[in-house]
Amino acid sequence: MILLDLLFGFLKVGFFAFGGAYAAVPLIRDVVLDYGWISEDMLTNIIAVAESTPGPIMVNLATYVGSTQAGVLGSIIATSAVVLPSFVITILIMILLKKLLKNPVAQAVLGGLKPCIIGIIFAVGVHMLLKNLGLEVGSFSPDLTAILIAVGLALVYYGSRKVLKKGISPIGLIGISALVGVLVYGF
Amino acid sequence: MSLLFELFLTFAKIGAFTFGGGYAMISLIEHTCVGEKQWITHDEMMNVTVIAESTPGPIAINCATYVGYKQKGLAGAIATTVGVVLPSFVIILVISQFLDHFLEIAWVANAFRGIKIAVGILIIDAALKMFKKMKKKPFPLIIMGCACAAMLVSEMFALHISTILLLLIAGFVSFTVYMVRQSSRKEAGNDPS
Repeated sequence: MILLDLLFGFLKVGFFAFGGAYAAVPLIRDVVLDYGWISEDMLTNIIAVAESTPGPIMVNLATYVGSTQAGVLGSIIATSAVVLPSFVITILIMILLKKLLKNPVAQAVLGGLKPCIIGIIFAVGVHMLLKNLGLEVGSFSPDLTAILIAVGLALVYYGSRKVLKKGISPIGLIGISALVGVLVYGF
Repeated sequence: MSLLFELFLTFAKIGAFTFGGGYAMISLIEHTCVGEKQWITHDEMMNVTVIAESTPGPIAINCATYVGYKQKGLAGAIATTVGVVLPSFVIILVISQFLDHFLEIAWVANAFRGIKIAVGILIIDAALKMFKKMKKKPFPLIIMGCACAAMLVSEMFALHISTILLLLIAGFVSFTVYMVRQSSRKEAGNDPS
C-alpha cells in the first residue's frame, strides 16, 4: 500500500540521514528510485526547487514525493515520517541518554558513519554531474555545451568566494544557472 | 499569548525564513531563542548542535524539538517541530500541484537544464565542505574513500548498492576497529615489556 510504503520509506531516510541537508539526498534517491516514485531527472529538479524554498531539503523532498504519490495525506505521512526519527531521538537524549553521545563506543561508530556519508554524497554529486554532461560510462556521449556551462558555473561559484566576502549563495547559483539555461538552450 | 502558541509561531517564522540549510538556521535560532526569548542558554545551544551533528535528520528538527521540549514538554516539542516544518510543507505542497505542468513550458525546461548542472556542483560542494571540517586521520579517510568508490562503481554499473547498507558496514567496521584497538591497548598495558 502506497501510504505504508511512504511511511517506511521516509522513516528509513529520516533514521539514516547523518550529516546535514545533503546527506539525505543519496538516501532519498535510493528510496524513490527503488519504488519508482519519481525519475532521477525529476529528483534533480526537485532538489533545485527545495534549495530555492525555505526548510530542510529532506523535508521538502518528502513533502513533494508524498504529495505527488498520494495527495495531501501522502505528503503529511511522508513529511512526518522523515521528521519523526530525529524528533524522537532528540527527546530520548534529553530525557535519558545525556551521556550516550560522550560514550566512546558511540563516538567510535559515529566516527565511521560521518566519513562514509561524506564519501557517498561526493559520489552521488559526481555521478549526477557526469550524467548531465553525457560522461557516463554506459552511455558515453559528451555534451560539449553542458560541459562548458558546468565549467563556467564552477568558476563563477568558486571565483565569487575570492571576490565577494561570502561568495554566491546556492540559491544565487541556481538563479544564474537557470538564466544560462534559458540563454543557451533558447526560450 | 500562551507559551505553546508563542513557541509554534516563533518556530514557524524561523521555518519560513531559513533558506540555505541547517547552519543558516542555527544562527537564527541562536538569535531568537538564546538572545530574544531566552528559552535556552548559549551552552544548551552548543549541546543541541552536538546532538544535531551526532544524530540523523535535519538540524532544524533537533533544535526545534529541544527548545520545545525544554519549555513545555512533549506538547511544546510538537508545537515547535510542527511550526518549523509547516511553512516549507505548505510551499512544497502548492508547488507539487503544478511543477509537472510548469516543466512542460519550453523555456522553463531549458532553465532546468542549466539548473541540473548547478545542482550537481552544489552536491559536490556540500561533500567538500563536510570533508574540510572532518578530522583527517587515516581510518576515517579510508572509510570515506571506500564508501565513495563503492558508490561510484555502483552508480556507473547500475549495481544498486544501498546507501543504508554502506552506512551499516561503516558503523560495524568502526565498532570492530574500536574494540580491537581497545583490547590491544589492554594487552599492551598488561605486558610491561
